[in-house]
Amino acid sequence: MLDSRYKHIFLLPALLALVAIIIFPLIYTVRLSLSGWDVNFPELDYIGWDNYARAIADGRFWDSMGTLYLMVLFCVVFEYLLGFALALMLWKEVTAGRFFRVLFIVPMCVTPVVMAVVWRTIFHETLGPMNDVLGWFGIPAVPWLSKSGPAFAAVIIIDVWQWTSFMFILLLAGLMSLPREPYEAAQIDGAGPIRTFVHVTFPLMAPITLGALIIRLIESSKLMETIYALTSGGPGSSTETTSYLLYIRGLREFQIGYTASLSIIYLAIMIIALTIFARSMSRLMIGRQGPVRA
Amino acid sequence: MSTLEPVRERVRGVAMTGLRADLYRVLKYAALIAWAIFVVAPFLWALSTSFKSDPGVVGGATYIPFLEYEPTVDGWTALFRDTSSGGISMQGPYLSSLVVSLISTAIALFLGTLAAYGLSRFTFRAGPLGNNDITFFFISQRIMPPAVLAIPYFLLLRFTGLLDTHLGLILVYVAMLLPIVVWVMVDFFNTVPIELDEAALIDGCNPIQAFYRIILPNCAPGMVVATLLCIIFSWSDFFFALTLTFAKVQLLPPTIVILNSNKVPWWSLSASALVSVLPLVIIAFVLERYLARGTLAGVIRE
Repeated sequence: MLDSRYKHIFLLPALLALVAIIIFPLIYTVRLSLSGWDVNFPELDYIGWDNYARAIADGRFWDSMGTLYLMVLFCVVFEYLLGFALALMLWKEVTAGRFFRVLFIVPMCVTPVVMAVVWRTIFHETLGPMNDVLGWFGIPAVPWLSKSGPAFAAVIIIDVWQWTSFMFILLLAGLMSLPREPYEAAQIDGAGPIRTFVHVTFPLMAPITLGALIIRLIESSKLMETIYALTSGGPGSSTETTSYLLYIRGLREFQIGYTASLSIIYLAIMIIALTIFARSMSRLMIGRQGPVRA
Repeated sequence: MSTLEPVRERVRGVAMTGLRADLYRVLKYAALIAWAIFVVAPFLWALSTSFKSDPGVVGGATYIPFLEYEPTVDGWTALFRDTSSGGISMQGPYLSSLVVSLISTAIALFLGTLAAYGLSRFTFRAGPLGNNDITFFFISQRIMPPAVLAIPYFLLLRFTGLLDTHLGLILVYVAMLLPIVVWVMVDFFNTVPIELDEAALIDGCNPIQAFYRIILPNCAPGMVVATLLCIIFSWSDFFFALTLTFAKVQLLPPTIVILNSNKVPWWSLSASALVSVLPLVIIAFVLERYLARGTLAGVIRE
């Protein structure tokens, strides 16, 4: 057995770093949320729950959360369907498989906000290629960034472009780790490709699918940078996500105390929503099953 | 009769797959090629745009140089020119981004692999909490939206005088990267048999030497994946760079976004975007080798 006197040398530095750089600032945020700190009064006073009362009545805040969850829902569903389809196509040995695999993971590696700048030129109403290409098929020009519906769609298109690659690589890695025996059994039973998928591949992939979905839900709920570069939350506030609103309220308007209370509410709701999602999905997809690793 | 049934089924199945398989293959390649075009389209558009000048842009979308517009290299030379002469001088931000992302990656890797090894090899107890809970605590930090942390960071860095410095940003990035390193590495260490550690100890190493002489080299693929992911995440961060640095420190992503709002012509904007993502595209090629082997499969099964 390893000498356990050393164990703290390994763990403690990272643990302390994390506590100092994440947990302490988070506690500080809770304290800030009970203060009236803003541009005119930059001090840590105590005003009780006033900020929270104001937050609950703040329609724009709740709207931003609605926008965020709708976007996340669209993005993650499309990314999952497309990513899984692509992974299934490249799972077995195929001609030029490596070429496609490399190409398909490029989007997740490149800087989202920089690509959003490029996408903005693509979605330009009169000079961009998007409307030009749609025109080839006789589709009239779409006001991509000046109408709320199209702007919403543009954000989703960019997110799907970028993060389907991530779903793809996670699910492909999962597919490649599946055991061989169930497939041999399915073949002996004469199951066709569709039945094999429904009864073998899909159930075997359930834990990985769940993991991938949760990772993407967490990451996509931070959605802010694309919006900053593409629409600035507009037109109006139709593409304003919670993170973007927090940025505006906190670091543009400098309503520190109030934004801190919004942050805490947002974080609490997100953790609760993710926990419920993870619990119910794992019951739905896997049944009651302990962690795979001991 | 009944014993023959499955065989007949299979024969029929094979006969049908002959035709079906061809159709399936055609559809599959059509889908793969369609997605590939979608993936490369923004890059090709940016590449084409970077060689344009006014006439190639203002008349509507053009794509093919020489045929549709007369290419110039103005977009590319602007990258190195001073702002006073209409350029965007990218060298400074590029160097800053390189320094910040490499240093924060190195620190996160150092701390993260140590912690991951500890969590993989020793038993920790803190009240009702055990190793899995500590690992989960690390990983769960990814849930924290940057927008939530930006306000305390802004104030805390201002108190300590680290606002608008490389060091302040590096500290923040380390916290952002640590969960990724622990996430990837705990699983890798778990696949290395503990007998290897014990053999090293018998040969006279202390646990720390055993770790970096014997175990770490055996986890090279994991280290590569962790390193590349860290570089991608730190190089690509925009939010913290936007909110915690302004004048003295300028990283690539904010620089390019600010160009975007400053009516910089599309050609130099496109060129700067391409240059800033080029290292990441190269990383994608390396990453694919490791990821496609199923290296991450165990990691996702939580």
